[in-house]
Amino acid sequence: MSTHEQSMTLNLKVWKQKGPKDSGHFEMVTAKNIIKEMSFLEMLDVVNEDLIKLGKEPIEFDSDCREGICGTCGIVINGQAHGPWKATTTCQLHMRAFNDGDTVILEPWRAKAFPVLKDLVVDRSSFDRIIASGGYTSAKTGPHPDGNAMLIPKPIADRAFDAAACIGCGACVAACPNASASLFTGAKITHLMMTPQGQAERERRVVSMVDRMDQEGFGSCTNIGECRAACPKDISLDSIAIMKREYMNAFLKSDIEQREVREDA
Amino acid sequence: MSIILDSKIPSGPLAQKWSSHKSNIKVVNPANKRKYDVIVVGTGLAGASASASLAELGYNVKTFCVQDSPRRAHSIAAQGGINAAKNYMNDGDSVYRLFYDTIKGGDYRSREANVHRLAECSAGIIDQCVAQGVPFAREYSGELANRSFGGTQVSRTFYARGQTGQQLLIGAYQAMMRQVELGRVKLHARTEMLDLVLVNGKARGIITRDLTTGEITRHAAHTVILATGGYGRIFYLSTNAWNSNCTAIWQAHKRGAAFSNPCFTQIHPTCIPVSGDHQSKLTLMSESLRNDGRVWTPKRKEDIKKDPSTIKEEDRDYYLERKYPSFGNLVPRDIASRAAKEACDAGLGVGTGRAVYLDFRDAIKRDGEKTVADKYGNLFDMYSKIVDENPYQSPMKIYPAVHYTMGGLWVDYNLMSNIPGLHVLGEANFSDHGANRLGASALMQGLCDGYFVIPYTIGDYLASQSFEKVDTNHPEFKASEEFVNAKIGALLKNNSKATKTTTEYFRELGLTIWDHVGMSRNETGLKQAITKIQNLRNEFWENLKIGSTSSEVNKNLELASKVADFLELGELMARDALMRKESCGGHFREESQSPDGEALRDDANYSFVSAWEFKGVDKEPVLHKEPLIYENIKIATRSYK
Ligand SMILES: Cc1cc2nc3c(=O)[nH]c(=O)nc-3n(C[C@H](O)[C@H](O)[C@H](O)COP(=O)(O)OP(=O)(O)OC[C@H]3O[C@@H](n4cnc5c(N)ncnc54)[C@H](O)[C@@H]3O)c2cc1C
Ligand code: FES
Repeated sequence: MSTHEQSMTLNLKVWKQKGPKDSGHFEMVTAKNIIKEMSFLEMLDVVNEDLIKLGKEPIEFDSDCREGICGTCGIVINGQAHGPWKATTTCQLHMRAFNDGDTVILEPWRAKAFPVLKDLVVDRSSFDRIIASGGYTSAKTGPHPDGNAMLIPKPIADRAFDAAACIGCGACVAACPNASASLFTGAKITHLMMTPQGQAERERRVVSMVDRMDQEGFGSCTNIGECRAACPKDISLDSIAIMKREYMNAFLKSDIEQREVREDA
Repeated sequence: MSIILDSKIPSGPLAQKWSSHKSNIKVVNPANKRKYDVIVVGTGLAGASASASLAELGYNVKTFCVQDSPRRAHSIAAQGGINAAKNYMNDGDSVYRLFYDTIKGGDYRSREANVHRLAECSAGIIDQCVAQGVPFAREYSGELANRSFGGTQVSRTFYARGQTGQQLLIGAYQAMMRQVELGRVKLHARTEMLDLVLVNGKARGIITRDLTTGEITRHAAHTVILATGGYGRIFYLSTNAWNSNCTAIWQAHKRGAAFSNPCFTQIHPTCIPVSGDHQSKLTLMSESLRNDGRVWTPKRKEDIKKDPSTIKEEDRDYYLERKYPSFGNLVPRDIASRAAKEACDAGLGVGTGRAVYLDFRDAIKRDGEKTVADKYGNLFDMYSKIVDENPYQSPMKIYPAVHYTMGGLWVDYNLMSNIPGLHVLGEANFSDHGANRLGASALMQGLCDGYFVIPYTIGDYLASQSFEKVDTNHPEFKASEEFVNAKIGALLKNNSKATKTTTEYFRELGLTIWDHVGMSRNETGLKQAITKIQNLRNEFWENLKIGSTSSEVNKNLELASKVADFLELGELMARDALMRKESCGGHFREESQSPDGEALRDDANYSFVSAWEFKGVDKEPVLHKEPLIYENIKIATRSYK
């Protein structure tokens, strides 16, 4: 533990906001006794302990698994969602990424659809509502065909997995100048579209999820690609293209179906 | 209320118990289901699968979790896989073998009937998840892939890269969100249950705190399900998520639910070692790594600081392969963990002295880097992000860490506690894993409880009761709410003049438990632990600095409320460990070991489930015992040699 002696001092410029209605402002906080082995959140733990001991309000932030899988954490660090490391969540970022004396700016995810609850804590329940609108197969609990009854070629299963690896953290939205949720929504559509079990509701799903995304106040996608750069799970931009294509197809198809229904009548 | 432990295990031959029970129990007719309100606390595998399944059946479900989204429950972090007796590999697996392995793995301290049901339901879980679109790993043939896990000699573990828990949970979460959209599940995220409400002895509701607004709310229902996970975070450093806690089950315990086997905790052998005092949690490296990684330490103390690649083959001690030739690196967790501790205690630990090597050199030589990366890539990435070393080039350093708690609230065969109407699922109950859980079986249990057991057994309970009308104006709700407000008030009362923070208490408690109720335990240490915890608890209530007194978002207040409960549970863990004078599974009593240092069980005196009755915070709890009866399995000394 040789590097432990070389502790750093950092100047944090932190967004403080009392609640959703407060307008918020930056405050300077000094982070002392920080070592390279700490994770970014452990650094904040240390800072908060100091603040509490001084009788000051700690910095509120969200975290849970602290190993990059639950999607709870999320801070915009020096203008980058989840900070400087590629494909890394805030909780996995380590203080090796910073140097003694650095000024570090900490902000919450900023998007109309993610209201700030306090300091760096935001409300992402809009993501849950997008999933609720169609991000599932309607298979009920009960007996189902044997898991091997339908073979899924490995490359297809792998692609489904790659899309399903999304952790729903919202960095894509935070990074997007339009605050679009297309990477998140596209990832779920791609995951389920790849699997044979997802076929039955394919069209219905995409239409309803895309519509919900708009209703929740997310912006539209103009192919900037910042989402992909910020994504801790490397979700591919292809999923947005797939979503757009699926949406068009579903639209055309439903149009045809409706016409057929009309003609039948 | 005095405690009666009736396990309600159905009669008849083992393999028919569950099917005949299902045919014999009462059902609620479809039109009546919507008249019943069910509260589900927790949205991990157990809670999400239960919420979805019960709502599909037509019940009115209200679901709660502390995270901002139900998809983030701690189950999300499970890496390695889920067991199922499919025998796809044609290697001799069967329901019986899975049942047998689980009982043996649990060191003969679990119930035969429950474990057999778990094994029976396992295959259906895989089919259920496939139908939901869960992207399990596949072979080139398109068939589901399997791998092996510790404590077994067949390959029955299904997985989705190193993110199995995530994929299974997202499947259950999506099914639940569908019901939210349909209005059959009312979801309350960022909401913490702080008390259980009993009316005339039955569980009829809960009291919650909204973690955003601080609002305290009463919720009434016909029955309450707790699926709130394990209590491993009591050790402060563990692989559990930051918000994992014991509050829900502990409050239920204080309201009369028996707490079983609290000392049965699992220390996982392959975690990234502690690097310093700042550390907030430990990261697991999935047990699946032991399929290809070889565990070793140098044979000589003078080599421990050397670059491992320069240590010659004959100077390495592959101690698991040496001591346990038939299982080698795949011995169960308790055995692998203790062996690592022994090696480090003998001065052969590497790195900080509290680490052993897990080496992939031979696997990479044999199969190539690409194959190894395909199987474990994300774990290797995680390791190098944290440790800043490349495990493809030099061996990983690992050390045991707390991971899982086998103990939990006592439940009968129907997953109901001794409080009528209080059901407990998943890691929160004690039921299936005895004194040591085998890898890949917690996911199986969580989903089995939620998808395939509770949908049947809850109907039996509801149909066999007559319910008096109870709403949240009932005096019991008022009393419970007052209790919760008093607890919050007491946590904040000395804030301005106090000097010691929540985290400082938490670390101290964690260290005490790790030192005395951790990997090995003895009478003196356990007695010390009890006194230390009592003193710490008294100090906590007198001198606690929380920082912010805000009643809105206040994470330190949330943490303090959890620590307050851990400070009571910790004492019970030590008492349980003190009472159990044998060694079994994860519970190693130094006084009870064989000449070669293996755990020595005492079946004549300790073949029972402990079930503790709460008598008051500073009063001694009362021990009840449920004897374990083995009708189908011959109890044997557990040997992996
Ligand atoms: C790192 C790691 C890896 C693992 N890998 C595997 C594996 O490969 N295979 C395997 O079989 N097992 C594995 N396990 C174990 C397994 O993941 C857990 O035992 C299992 O997921 C627990 O599920 P659960 O549904 O019981 O609880 P959890 O998933 O812990 O969910 C608990 C829920 O309860 C809620 N909650 C808790 N308290 C309250 C409260 N007071 N009020 C309101 N809500 C509350 C939480 O918000 C959460 O929604 C692993 C565990 C860890 C830590
Ligand atoms: S806290 Fe779970 S991803 Fe960061």
